[in-house]
Amino acid sequence: MTKRRRVRAYLAIALVLVASFALAGPAGAQGSGPPDYRQYGELDSRIVIWVVSQLHLLFAAFVLGVPIFALITEYVGYRTQREQYDKLAHDFTKLLGAAFSTTAALGGLLALSLFALYPTFMSHMTDVFGDTYLWYGLLFFVEAFAMYFYLYSWKRLVGDKKKWHLLAGVLLNVSGVAVMLIANSWVTFMMSPPLAEVEAETGRVLTSGIVPLTAEWTGTVWEAINNPLWTPLNIHRFIGNITFGGFIVAGYAAVRFLNTKHEGLRSYYDWMGYIGSFIGVAAMIPMPFAGYFMGREIYSYSPVMGNNMMGGTFSWTFIIQAMLVGALFIGANFYLWSGMSRIPGAQRYSKYIKWLDVILIVCFAVWLTPHNLPLSPSEQAIIGGQFHPTLKFLGLMAAKNAVINFIIIATFGSFLIYRRANKGERLPVSQQGTGSKVIVGVGFGIAALALGWYAAVLFGLEPGDLDLSPDKGVFFTLPAYLLVGQILAGLVAVVLTFRDRGVQGQVLYLGAVVVNSVLILGPYGFVVMTQANPFLRNIAVAQWLITMSALVFVTAIDIVLLRGASEIGSIKWGKMTGRSQYALLLLLVGAVMLMSLMGYIRSGLREDWHIFGVLRDVSEGAFTPTMAEMSRVVASIVVVFMLLIAFVFWLAGLAESEGEEQVPSLTAVRPEPSIQPEPRAASGQD
Amino acid sequence: MRRVLNHKLGQFVILLLLAFLLFQFGIPWLSSAITGTAAPIPAHLLWTIYMPLVVLALLLFISANEQWWSEFKQPLLNLIVEQTPSGLVRLRRVLLVAVPLIAGGVAYLLIRPDISAPPELRSIHPAPPSSVSVGAETIDLRTAVNPYRGADGAPETGALAEGRAVYGQNCVICHGDSLEGDGLFATSFRPRPADFTDFGTIAQLQESYLFWRIATGGPGLPADGKGWNSAMPVWDETLSADEIWKVILYLYDATDQLPRAVGE
Repeated sequence: MTKRRRVRAYLAIALVLVASFALAGPAGAQGSGPPDYRQYGELDSRIVIWVVSQLHLLFAAFVLGVPIFALITEYVGYRTQREQYDKLAHDFTKLLGAAFSTTAALGGLLALSLFALYPTFMSHMTDVFGDTYLWYGLLFFVEAFAMYFYLYSWKRLVGDKKKWHLLAGVLLNVSGVAVMLIANSWVTFMMSPPLAEVEAETGRVLTSGIVPLTAEWTGTVWEAINNPLWTPLNIHRFIGNITFGGFIVAGYAAVRFLNTKHEGLRSYYDWMGYIGSFIGVAAMIPMPFAGYFMGREIYSYSPVMGNNMMGGTFSWTFIIQAMLVGALFIGANFYLWSGMSRIPGAQRYSKYIKWLDVILIVCFAVWLTPHNLPLSPSEQAIIGGQFHPTLKFLGLMAAKNAVINFIIIATFGSFLIYRRANKGERLPVSQQGTGSKVIVGVGFGIAALALGWYAAVLFGLEPGDLDLSPDKGVFFTLPAYLLVGQILAGLVAVVLTFRDRGVQGQVLYLGAVVVNSVLILGPYGFVVMTQANPFLRNIAVAQWLITMSALVFVTAIDIVLLRGASEIGSIKWGKMTGRSQYALLLLLVGAVMLMSLMGYIRSGLREDWHIFGVLRDVSEGAFTPTMAEMSRVVASIVVVFMLLIAFVFWLAGLAESEGEEQVPSLTAVRPEPSIQPEPRAASGQD
Repeated sequence: MRRVLNHKLGQFVILLLLAFLLFQFGIPWLSSAITGTAAPIPAHLLWTIYMPLVVLALLLFISANEQWWSEFKQPLLNLIVEQTPSGLVRLRRVLLVAVPLIAGGVAYLLIRPDISAPPELRSIHPAPPSSVSVGAETIDLRTAVNPYRGADGAPETGALAEGRAVYGQNCVICHGDSLEGDGLFATSFRPRPADFTDFGTIAQLQESYLFWRIATGGPGLPADGKGWNSAMPVWDETLSADEIWKVILYLYDATDQLPRAVGE
């Protein structure tokens, strides 16, 4: 038995013992009949479940996010034949073993604790979801076997057999996502159970669902799974896992970078940090929209829950959320700007950084401004109330939608200048093959189809569809025409690109995005809010589509523009400031904080209901905690998780130190080597 | 002066100062131009959000470039740790005494007992209950819709006129003729009565929410709504459920706003 496996075995035994001990307490405390609630000794059951479930979720995000990251990078390595991508994917798959055991142990502890501490509630859940427990277990087996096969067959399935290895990676990801989908159905059912219609006079159940007064479930398992919040949460968590996987990699790389003086390893970890942050940020960009979709569906299911979320107690937690989201975007931009210092020729683009900085910070300030201000009585007296007469507008959804789109466009701008930082003379598009024209055409086609489809939806939308009077239809036309205008701007950009003026094409399209999505639809949102309120959601979708279309289409132009361009010099991997690595750590810690906070909000929105509106929580812990208590618990979870992750990385490091660590060449395929890896340093500080 | 303007630390300080002046005087001016009220930025907002963001923006910009960062740091390092001319050493000594004194003074001012009330985290739209009772009638707030609205959302004309009368008899004294929260009694209350023309009030809410707020008033607010700090009376003993629905109809119609749809 290797040292690493011994440690893992001890860890598993310790966790099982903790779980057994935890179960022994409540078992002895049982009275004659089955109680509704139990406790582990003096521990608050709500906090036990809160901490264990959040830690389980964070680890689950790790073991779902990292395989997605590994599969993407392995595929890139396979397609480009660059060895470093394959090594990066393999390195992170190795981390999965220990993380997988921890996730399973925490999941076991959570399940046992739920049955031990909340037996009546879990009895209800089992009545509804009993069948899914079997599927969950079986899929978990598939995931576990796929994970170990994926890990241990890495060195065997090479060459022509590589595609089979990639297939194993796909199986791992599909089974992992399927496990997540089942677990998501349980928690979303608790928030948005499909209600049965009951005849008031006779009490006869008319439609399938959960009966409000008795909590009896009369529907099928599928109806319970496919509850209103299931799809939004699935999308949100799936994208979130990719982001988290990327940031875990980036954070790991940053720690290793800061701890080594070996030039070859610094180059490798610098590159690793870049890849991790790139995948993380790319997945983070659609996250605000996934969140908006989720929030909208919460409002749709229950206006009461929606009001609690955005107008009530939980609105303060969204101020913290806004700060964390802003910090992630700022951290990502700062990392890209810092990275330009290691790219020869980047100084040509430095002048744009200050404008991107100004846009980001101004938008961030708007993003953070609450509608309802925390004021002292004297401040209230000065401004005449709890709302500032001017700044109050910045606190409303229309302003938030506008600035988040601008933040995303600015981040995309940072990425564009980073990409071209070391490019010299470009190969004119007219001299490139038809492949380039196809790339631009496909990019435009995707953008135009999405925008055109939604323009058609808006042109065909009847006011009655949104419960609006017929005269309100006049508000639908402006966004529809703006979508059409955006398509026309794209068409002009295509023509410009084909005439070797692609940069002007990019500027034109991005400029149109800012004008349409931010400067016009932003203020227009305020008008719609008061005049045709239900239409505001359509405005948000139009803004999102316009922004997303830029990401697809402008990237397509960029690929073609920089194709075959000469390089002023190669990227000097490893020549990065320490500050930039702390930005990567900020991304990781910020993501963990954000996930822990949002986990609390999502669950806390049910307030004193186990199953919202149906099964009331009458335990001692049914109250909504104060902001201070919430902050303490969430912060503790973040600290414990970071310590556990550090422990997992340390375990993985033990295995590394048993053999010689290979320093991968970052230049296996590239013609101009930037940094030649050197033999491992004798001091072995890494 | 030119040397200061060209130096990164000098630019940092000047931009910080300019930003402060912009917030301090620019926002009230803007506020005055837009709304007619020259309201300054509340100190909490200025010192906990806006100014830290400006500092962050400047530091991000400077530190993204190693050369600028070195230039920015150097005068500070000279002052604090480097071997420097005697003038700077004297300044260093003064700072060594002054900075702890200032920090101590600020700490004292922050923690000393104060008779003024602390800033409030008051929820403007706190969580409503599932249902509310008016007379013998129990209204389910999660599903209730205004019975005096047609299928297309248009208000019934007669009900609207009655709602207007209810408003005139009961609400106008505080919420005002124009519904801007500026009735005769308005200045006597803090917080002032709600301004229904504000985008952030009734346009954000379903009609069932307004029903609850009118029916149970300030005393019906949950803890985070700080019911003790609201002068809104309880109306369910004075008005019938029908009258409440009608006055809600009038509030939206008179302000040319629409209630938030249930499915939104």
